[in-house]
Amino acid sequence: MLMTLISGDRPRSRVLTLILLAIFLGLLFAPFLFPGVRSLETAARISVFILLAASYDLLLGYTGVVSFAHTMFFGMGAYGVGLASQQMGRGFGALIVGSLAGAALAAAFAFVIALFSLRVRAIFFAMITLAVASAVAVLVSQLSQITGGEDGFTFQIPRALGPANRMGVFMGVSITGKILNYYLIFFMSLALFLLLLRIVNSPFGRVLQAIRENDFRAEAIGYRVVRYRTVATCISAAVAAMAGSLFALWLRYVGPDTTLSFEIMLDLLLIVVIGGMGTMWGAAIGATLMVLAQTYLQDLMGSAAEATEALPLLSRLLDPDRWLLWLGVLFILSVYFFPTGIVGRLRGGH
Amino acid sequence: MTDAPDHRPTMAGITIVDRMAQAMPVLLVPILLVLGFLAIGNPSSWLTLTVSGLAMGMMIFIMASGLTLVFGLMDVINFGHGAFISVGAFVGISVVLGLSQWAQAPSLVLNLCVVLLAVLAAMVVTGLLGWAFERVIVKPVYGAHLKQILVTVGGLIVIEQLIHVIWGPDEIFFARPETLKGAVTFWGAALEKYRLLAVAIGLVLFIAMRMVFRRTKIGLIVRAGVENGEMVEALGYRLRLVFVGVFIAGSALAGLGGVMWGLYQEVITAGMGEEMMILVFIVVIIGGLGSVEGAFIGALMVGLLQNYIAFLEPKLALISNIGLMTAILMWRPQGMKPVVKAK
Repeated sequence: MLMTLISGDRPRSRVLTLILLAIFLGLLFAPFLFPGVRSLETAARISVFILLAASYDLLLGYTGVVSFAHTMFFGMGAYGVGLASQQMGRGFGALIVGSLAGAALAAAFAFVIALFSLRVRAIFFAMITLAVASAVAVLVSQLSQITGGEDGFTFQIPRALGPANRMGVFMGVSITGKILNYYLIFFMSLALFLLLLRIVNSPFGRVLQAIRENDFRAEAIGYRVVRYRTVATCISAAVAAMAGSLFALWLRYVGPDTTLSFEIMLDLLLIVVIGGMGTMWGAAIGATLMVLAQTYLQDLMGSAAEATEALPLLSRLLDPDRWLLWLGVLFILSVYFFPTGIVGRLRGGH
Repeated sequence: MTDAPDHRPTMAGITIVDRMAQAMPVLLVPILLVLGFLAIGNPSSWLTLTVSGLAMGMMIFIMASGLTLVFGLMDVINFGHGAFISVGAFVGISVVLGLSQWAQAPSLVLNLCVVLLAVLAAMVVTGLLGWAFERVIVKPVYGAHLKQILVTVGGLIVIEQLIHVIWGPDEIFFARPETLKGAVTFWGAALEKYRLLAVAIGLVLFIAMRMVFRRTKIGLIVRAGVENGEMVEALGYRLRLVFVGVFIAGSALAGLGGVMWGLYQEVITAGMGEEMMILVFIVVIIGGLGSVEGAFIGALMVGLLQNYIAFLEPKLALISNIGLMTAILMWRPQGMKPVVKAK
């Protein structure tokens, strides 16, 4: 039963299994284990980012294609839900319509981009996605009548998911709509994550891996490389849009900074590389680490910067705003010295 | 003995249509100019827009030329190229600000001296930085595109953040040197002096690059290396050294482009290189990877189109470049003048 659920893709390492189990149980019982607004916030963010990173890993790790437009797809889902809720009024209908429309739009965009770039050389894809994603980001911030511009906009979600919906007390924690919302996000993420796991362990996923290893040979065996890469891009985009919808649902807000920014793209790259490219489990571990680090380590950097105020350069280097600097260094180092990521290391370098 | 076969070999010349198709990329810029003229209708605004489009195109070309050559020679795609643009701008503008007395003096000679010094400083620093970048970041990942993209993006971030650390997190506003401010009027069209200077520098640079590529031995080696690197190495040339040289030169050119762009905008931010990279990539793609001439044509087209569209329909300006890229790729999927054979 369990094996069917995870599509036979065992972690293949005892430590890895324990870590994954800890993450799963931690997220499953988050409202009870770590009560408090901030920790629930972190748990929801982790759930969404695990899904987002997993969908990115389908492209980067399994297909070997670098995309810089993943946050664009993420944003399409988020704006889909936001705009639908704004136009249709609060309600589950708006959520469903918005997320489906976002996913469809993302898949269509991915299809067109893939058609233009993957047909020639895979490396075009990286450049073209970068160009298109930045154009879309500019467009979103310019069309402020519709999208709220740089500020974004807040919207209302169904009353049942709001904090005002009290449903009694369970295990010392008062169950509100917010916790219900958390579980909606958690289980949706889990279901889509398992779906991705199913996809990468299917014959289709095998072909993707073959293409990653040697696209020429895959073509020679008779697989249409472009077709497979295009389908993988579309699936990945649609799932990313779903993750975006969930994120918007949780924040009750959409804006360029939370969904479209290049910074999130970098976080994603780092998550996938550090966790381990080409394994869905890596995405899960990487996303958890990354979100935890972002939430709690930045405070630490702030205090470190204050402590070293006497040394101007060092204090500037440790400024919490320079978070990206250390991220970049870590990123380069992990590509060189840690190419299989945490999962690869735990599995013993196979 | 059998007789010679009965047919006569015919020597068919290239038809006019084929000739046109071959020359099409070169003709695109004049066609765009004419179309722009017809759409705008007003000669003086057309002239103003054309000069500003050409200036923008020249600057983009300066930034893009290094990138396309680096790719052509060693199959290395450098996403960190934008960092050199930013660093060049910050170093150059620091020089301009440091010599503000010269810059504010109403003397053309002193002003040009400031610009020249700024450009030199920027090019030296970015050249050195390029050399270090090649050594530390790019060298270990030859031949692996995926890792190249990841690592050079990491390099871009680190350098950009270091700019924040050194020059502070805010953008820097400044004024151009005194005699480069303002505009000259020509046939009723206001032409900014600095834009004319930028066009001149870009043209000189392009012609110089062409001369180097066509007339010198090193140019020959580089061109041959782009087309077939293995053969050049088999002939005994150390392509690796050539490549490092081209990488350094390309980085220095990016620095030059950065200073010029900074002076054009009169404001610099650490993220400017990243923003310019978008245009640079578009130019490199539509020009054809590895082709300097393609990049030149592509850059002029991007510059002109953006200025024309911004005048005619401001809302469309944002996506005009993407539209141009899509159109070109539909027409020629490899770009206008692809040099690099599919490796």
